[in-house]
Amino acid sequence: MPQWTLLGLLQGKQTAPWPLAEGTDGQADFLGMPRYRPELCGDGCEACAEACPTKAITTRPESGPTGRLNVDYGRCVVCQLCTEACPNGAMATSSDWAFGVRRREDLVWQKDATPAPVADADRRRAFRRSLHVRHVDAGSCNGCESELQALNNPFYNLHRLGIFFTASPRFADLLLVTGPVTQAMLSPLRATYEAMAEPRWVLAVGTCAVSGGIAEGGYASGHGLDGIIPVDVYLPGCPPNPAAIIHALLMFLNRAPQRARGGQLVE
Amino acid sequence: MMSAQTTAVQAGELIDAASELISSGGRMQMAYAWYLRKDELELRYVASTAAQAPFTVWRCGANGSVPSLANTSPLLSWYEREITDLFGFKFDGQPQSQRLVLHTGANPIRPPLALDYPNDVPIRIDRTKQALPDVAVDEADVQLLPFGPVRADVLESAEFLFFYIGEAILHFHPRLFFKHRGMEKRFEHLSPDPGVVLAERVSGVGSVAHALAYCQAVEAASNCVVPPRARFLRLLLAEMERLYNHLHYFGHLCHTTTLKVGEAEGKLLEERAKQLNTRLTGSRFLRSVLAVGGLRRDLAPQGWLHEELDKLHDAFARYAKHMESTASHLDRLITTGKLDRRTAFDQGATGPVERASGIDRDLRRDHPYAAYQEIPPLVAVREAGDAHARAQVRMAEVNASIALIQCALDMMPAGAVRADCAIMPNSEGLGWAESPRGTLFYAVHIGADSKLARVKVKSPSFSNWRVFPFTVHDSNMMDYAINEASFGLTIAGCDR
Repeated sequence: MPQWTLLGLLQGKQTAPWPLAEGTDGQADFLGMPRYRPELCGDGCEACAEACPTKAITTRPESGPTGRLNVDYGRCVVCQLCTEACPNGAMATSSDWAFGVRRREDLVWQKDATPAPVADADRRRAFRRSLHVRHVDAGSCNGCESELQALNNPFYNLHRLGIFFTASPRFADLLLVTGPVTQAMLSPLRATYEAMAEPRWVLAVGTCAVSGGIAEGGYASGHGLDGIIPVDVYLPGCPPNPAAIIHALLMFLNRAPQRARGGQLVE
Repeated sequence: MMSAQTTAVQAGELIDAASELISSGGRMQMAYAWYLRKDELELRYVASTAAQAPFTVWRCGANGSVPSLANTSPLLSWYEREITDLFGFKFDGQPQSQRLVLHTGANPIRPPLALDYPNDVPIRIDRTKQALPDVAVDEADVQLLPFGPVRADVLESAEFLFFYIGEAILHFHPRLFFKHRGMEKRFEHLSPDPGVVLAERVSGVGSVAHALAYCQAVEAASNCVVPPRARFLRLLLAEMERLYNHLHYFGHLCHTTTLKVGEAEGKLLEERAKQLNTRLTGSRFLRSVLAVGGLRRDLAPQGWLHEELDKLHDAFARYAKHMESTASHLDRLITTGKLDRRTAFDQGATGPVERASGIDRDLRRDHPYAAYQEIPPLVAVREAGDAHARAQVRMAEVNASIALIQCALDMMPAGAVRADCAIMPNSEGLGWAESPRGTLFYAVHIGADSKLARVKVKSPSFSNWRVFPFTVHDSNMMDYAINEASFGLTIAGCDR
């Protein structure tokens, strides 16, 4: 057993300084949500809407306040097909991943977005340094689980932020849900939520949980969490990377600002 | 079909044909159904005869009575039950009549994969109708522990029923398909190109294997030849996927044997591998790269990946040496969850699980695709069939994967990465990949409109979940988590 202690010690500190200090968050080169630039929209604008497999991009009959397109990042599965299809660069690759938002409408592209209100800060104050999270997989592809499991690896080391996964919903403050909510998971999900003591909150992780994603609808699947249980934070991504999940958790605790508004990252 | 030889077999001849196949050293691989025409359901059986020989596909009309092959080739039982649930077609003499994919309590207006099943009508499930499996234990001392579908920790959803006395497990029954999303039906009416995005999202940690098997199936249907550089890059991507999956496996295995630093080290190495994935493709899961006909864009692994893998290799060698010399860890693995060769073969074990039980099979070597003809892998086989053997096979595979990638980097040809693929209407193709967890098949049927008419997905975990309970019956509670981790199963791929 001493050999393991030595192996661990010899490696030194492996944890990323982010988000507590300046330094790498481990997401260099990550391709995030494509950025919409309506001023570049020109002829052939339908191409990116046609390429989108989840109807995150739809065309409008005439150019309106959001340009020629409606872009809903709550439906985006980050497949990058639109960036290849668009002839004008109006949908361009980006590294934008911090898309956790308090209101669903903040994921829809808008020219002038109103600042999101800080939600019930007083009620959450007690949980700022000790949050217990219960995860429920409501039919994900296991991509989101892979990233959630990564949160406890030495690089992200979620524990240091005072955030813990807990086995029982009775001990949980926050329900973290992945997947589009399959028909078979509908009642176990509701039962888990009902088992939680108040105050209780819900975080939808991944585009499936936000809107149904690629697996939306059909005979066995669902349309995400809306209409099933109330959602406090939406985080789209396919899957969202571990840093995005950490940002969404800190944002929920009012320890980090919401960065996405009107479908764009603002500082 | 270039990749497979299709022959018609009458329903009355099926049992004899299957017996003959098995006695001559072949093995059934999967079965599925599809609508040849409206109201004309056809069954397909895919079998392997020998290494380097094309797969054999039997076609058999599903009209009238078709015998179950479950007693000849037990692994087919789950496929038959799936066809019964999704198409409403029953097999004569199927020994297990319970539902598999659809839960009891689900009452669809008609079978969900019927062509006229209406769009977006969900099948509601009445959970009060859930019945216990028919297990012949009614002793007063036997207790039932239902565990799931929401389990401890961050895990995929499934329910496990343990019938036990004290520490001893008498019977184990996994109830899966809570995560069934109906993915196969979603492919229908899509163009083949966007189908790749869907295939990448059937099983997240198998994104490359799924997309690759899917693309190869479409390419086989269209007689499309992929450029050499794309074939080499496909091999590279597939092995990068194996790397991070296997590293995760060791982290999780150490977690179950409570080797804390071992757990941290495995998960740290997995994180490093995922960050290499991002540097290579922009995606931690290597998504958005594969396309029908090759790759969507060229990649630039030269000049840095070789060196990074050397570092990872050194770190893994040190880690593996520690694991293999820690008595408390090995004590929990050796003799745990023993799977004998016969059960592994009959029940359809695949990937590292079957290779740890002495079955020397690997699609990369036996039915080469991508660039595996040029760079065949070293296939590791162990005989013991226990959790330790399953871990050792994966250890050898980590080393083999790194060698394959570095070899591919050295031999990487220049040139285009995508060929134009003209989709042929009314065609079909079979594609496969040796995913980190074993044999993965995609059977693709393209309709008269050049759209996807039927896509069957056979994931390795569908096979290994069928096998896993055989190693749990008559074992004990203390070993359960270790045994489950040693199988390295996913649920998303199985449930689809």
